[in-house]
Amino acid sequence: MILTPQTLDQIFPIAKHWLLGFVPATAQPLASAILSVVPILIAFPLLFAITTWLERKGLGRMQNRLGPNRTGPFGLLQPIADAVKSLTKEDIVPITADHVVHFLAPLVLVAAAFLAYAVLPIGRNMVLVNMNAGVLFFFAIGSTVELSVFMAGWSSRSKYSLLGAMRAVAQMISYEIPMVLATIVIIMQAGSLSTVSIVDKQAAYTGIFPHWFVFTPWGFMGFALFMIAATAESNRSPFDLPEGESEIIAGYYIEYSGFKFALFFLGEYLGMFATSGLAITLFLGGWSAPFSFLTWIPSYVWFFLKLLTLIAAFIWIRGTLPRLRMDQLMNLAWKYVLPMALINMLVAGIWHFMPTGPARWLVCTALLAAPCILLSLALKRKKRFQVRTYRFAE
Amino acid sequence: MVGEGILKGLAETARNFFGSYVSKQRLTTLQYPEERLPQIEAARSFPFLVYDGADPQPGLRCVACQICEKECPPKCILIKKSADKKPDAVGKPQFYPAVFDIDISVCMSCQICVEVCPFDAIKMDVDYDLPTADRFGGLLLDKHQLAKSNQYYHQIHPTEAASVDATLAAAHAKVDAKAKVAADARAAADARPNPAPQPQPQPAGGESQ
Repeated sequence: MILTPQTLDQIFPIAKHWLLGFVPATAQPLASAILSVVPILIAFPLLFAITTWLERKGLGRMQNRLGPNRTGPFGLLQPIADAVKSLTKEDIVPITADHVVHFLAPLVLVAAAFLAYAVLPIGRNMVLVNMNAGVLFFFAIGSTVELSVFMAGWSSRSKYSLLGAMRAVAQMISYEIPMVLATIVIIMQAGSLSTVSIVDKQAAYTGIFPHWFVFTPWGFMGFALFMIAATAESNRSPFDLPEGESEIIAGYYIEYSGFKFALFFLGEYLGMFATSGLAITLFLGGWSAPFSFLTWIPSYVWFFLKLLTLIAAFIWIRGTLPRLRMDQLMNLAWKYVLPMALINMLVAGIWHFMPTGPARWLVCTALLAAPCILLSLALKRKKRFQVRTYRFAE
Repeated sequence: MVGEGILKGLAETARNFFGSYVSKQRLTTLQYPEERLPQIEAARSFPFLVYDGADPQPGLRCVACQICEKECPPKCILIKKSADKKPDAVGKPQFYPAVFDIDISVCMSCQICVEVCPFDAIKMDVDYDLPTADRFGGLLLDKHQLAKSNQYYHQIHPTEAASVDATLAAAHAKVDAKAKVAADARAAADARPNPAPQPQPQPAGGESQ
């Protein structure tokens, strides 16, 4: 068999098909499901392990430190050491905790995070379920994360946990709205809720340039808003108020130790990869190559390259920005991201009905840039505080 | 411009990220067990007992006066005074510590024991590499572990040790001079035809002063 770019691209579907040939016909649906799910259950936790190492190394270098460098060459075996450590640690459950809910919370988080991968097209013909309401499914599953976070905070029966969970739920609900609204422009333009057909729409080229949605004014704005909301959704710096190590110690997972804590960590990172994967699917052309002459590289390679790029961006942001205050967080969500998402929808509609040409570029860019700058200036305006007078203290 | 601060911050972290690969000056990490900083002369960790001469236990300057034990704020010193007297490094009979323990898990390195010691017998060490698998017994140092030579003291705190030696030498010279005067007086008394028992308390009193 000759290894053409086509076969290399389709190597996983072909391998699955070949393996299914050995299974009796009655067991084929089950075997097919297992063969599709197991690689996802292996690949993304592996990516999680690599990301923890990348993150610790990257943050270390940004702070002029070395990062982990004792376990293996360049500290590459650090994730294994961490896994062994968290497996051998004592699992402490507070005596007053609601044991069942306390036990279920990390499982719900990880299960929800894994379910989201069902609709992500990792490569050409490489999606677990080609659902016609894929994007909707993704957000429905994504909202389960709030449930597990609140389960963890509530069942621990600790003040810090509850505070962290309340912060987390307030933040996640606030940012879920702009996140969904930012994706609506894509659904409007693609005319489909299926992630597969959204990627197919973007996998075409004009000259050498792809038809990615991010290369349009509304797509770019939607991508920026989506990434802000995605950072907040995955509770990462600068939106890491729910964890807030310096204020509420670790928020909703303060009462977790050992492997349950590791599961929370895993769930959080899996959620981050899933939202990044959705951003890639919706805005960055999914598995399609960035230039037409690079299409010979297998599609799944492009997907993971884009994912790693977004992870690097997340790490870079985390190393740069300090944590927001609660009021700044809410102001950003409701006074900036949400109005911009609504305006963006309007602009996407205008784009759709205007004739192609430089005129619609100009109009749409102006329509987005003006409110963006005005809103930012309004948010930046100095607030005038009253001088506080004390009646009794002086 | 909006977002300028964020871009500046991103540029700064990127500069740090790449700079730490090229510039040794940026990456100040010291790989501790393999690399060490040069020792600072004024550094101090925990107290040790100084001995003169070659043999640690008879050479200890400590005479078990227990001032340091009483002054120690966290009460980490335990001294048991000996019942008998033994000759010290210069051959003078002295009390000595039968037990001298310092619990360095309690010690707060305040150096008050060093300040109050009238015999310059206890000084501060610089050794900070004191890990042990036994957190109780391993951190309770007895007088054998605490005894370190005057040469070692010169090695870790040269300036301080030199001045201590000078003071001690001056004190010794003073005692010697007194002893010499007393000996001369005794010799003069011996020369006179006086009753024998009289000169004997005199040298004893002269020596004790």
